[in-house]
Amino acid sequence: MVKIRAYRRPDGKIGVRNYVLLLPVSLCASETARFVKERVTGTVYIPNQGGCAQVPKDLAIVLETLSGLAANPNVYGTVFLANGCETAQIDLVMERALKKSNKPHARVVIQEVGGTVKAVEEATRAAMRLVAEASAIEREEVDFSDIILATECGGSDPTSGLASNPVIGSLSDRVVAEGASVILSETTELIGAEHIVGARCATPEIRTQLLKTIADYEKHIQGVGENLRMGNPTPGNLVGGITTLEEKSLGCIHKGGHTTINEVLSYGAMVTKKGLVVMDTPGQDVASIAGMVAGGAQIIVFSTGRGTPTGFGIAPVIKLTANKDTFRMMNDNMDFDASPVIEGKATIKEMGDSLFDLMIDTINGNRTKAEILGFNDMSIARLCNFV
Amino acid sequence: MTNCVLLNDKDNVVTTIAPIGKGESIVSEGPPSVRVPAAQIIPEYHKAAIVAIAKGAFIYKYGEIIGKALYDIAPGAHVHTHNLVSESDYRG
Repeated sequence: MVKIRAYRRPDGKIGVRNYVLLLPVSLCASETARFVKERVTGTVYIPNQGGCAQVPKDLAIVLETLSGLAANPNVYGTVFLANGCETAQIDLVMERALKKSNKPHARVVIQEVGGTVKAVEEATRAAMRLVAEASAIEREEVDFSDIILATECGGSDPTSGLASNPVIGSLSDRVVAEGASVILSETTELIGAEHIVGARCATPEIRTQLLKTIADYEKHIQGVGENLRMGNPTPGNLVGGITTLEEKSLGCIHKGGHTTINEVLSYGAMVTKKGLVVMDTPGQDVASIAGMVAGGAQIIVFSTGRGTPTGFGIAPVIKLTANKDTFRMMNDNMDFDASPVIEGKATIKEMGDSLFDLMIDTINGNRTKAEILGFNDMSIARLCNFV
Repeated sequence: MTNCVLLNDKDNVVTTIAPIGKGESIVSEGPPSVRVPAAQIIPEYHKAAIVAIAKGAFIYKYGEIIGKALYDIAPGAHVHTHNLVSESDYRG
């Protein structure tokens, strides 16, 4: 059994990082959270452009996502920040977050304490206390099987489907074989591959749920008079050589490897099953990653063809490409070169095993390029315009 | 020297792994082997037809349908947005 060194949380879950999270529940608290982040080492803040003037279904997505991010085991504890009058009321967010994982926390409301300066002061003191506590926790040896690996692809080109996604698929199969969980995401990039992913579901019920999830996504976009194929593939995908959404999807699903799909999750919902699961997320990379991290993923592997700089505040993103030019040109952003597969110099399995080793090193504390550069991308999926 | 990838026996297109000039051979040593003269420049990682594909016929990659041919496509031709669309967008 593979062992890793990670942080054990009160709920029994394991974190691969040990951050104090500054979580603005709406856009009106986002800048205040950033001011605190700039003052307290060891904190991460989540930029939030939502949380207010949203319809109930979008509020539900925000609550699920924010509570999941606070509950993520990479987070030691959270300072929740609110303006006070927003749709995503702080007590609703906190109630859900603490129900998912009852961890150390603080609550600061700008309108209650009397403005930004006082809110920054109060949140800074709370964050300092939490960072001091968090710094006393040490990594310990734990089973790898408590890991949830998120998979993502972005800025794809044909090398993604030829090599880097199959390499992630090989990694996924190994992660599943070791008893952990893997999330396949991006519902838009299951379109055209329904017959393949549908046939891999563990039960007829899961299959029905998955196919409905995919069909509903396309219908939802049609509901506002649009064809999602007009936005996907993207201009970069097209220049790279991907022509249709079906072609992109058939390359994308390789990330899930070859094992059975055991669960279909709504956006941001907590993963409950071992093995391969699917989460209903947009093809937009950052929103997809945010949903999976809210679902409990401690680490992300991300393939790119054109080159994507993405990183996420509370979870490491390992980026690979099989495009040799991209690996050279965007080396500052790339962690792993899968191009030997295309050149016939290494097999998919060999590269999958190397990627597994890199993932273990990253879990144990080695930093990704995006972490070193301080990336903090954030986006939350939504159904409607702001209201 | 291999300069393309044929992913599945069922496929009627290959993906190039090097830029291929007009008249140069599109080659995969296989099996199954491919050797077709390029009818035009094929950019790196783009698709080229390895057989004649009739207008309205399915185009296969990964052994799966990736769309339909908008026009008759000759062997060795570049296959991309000018002659391939999603099945749902095809208006024969």
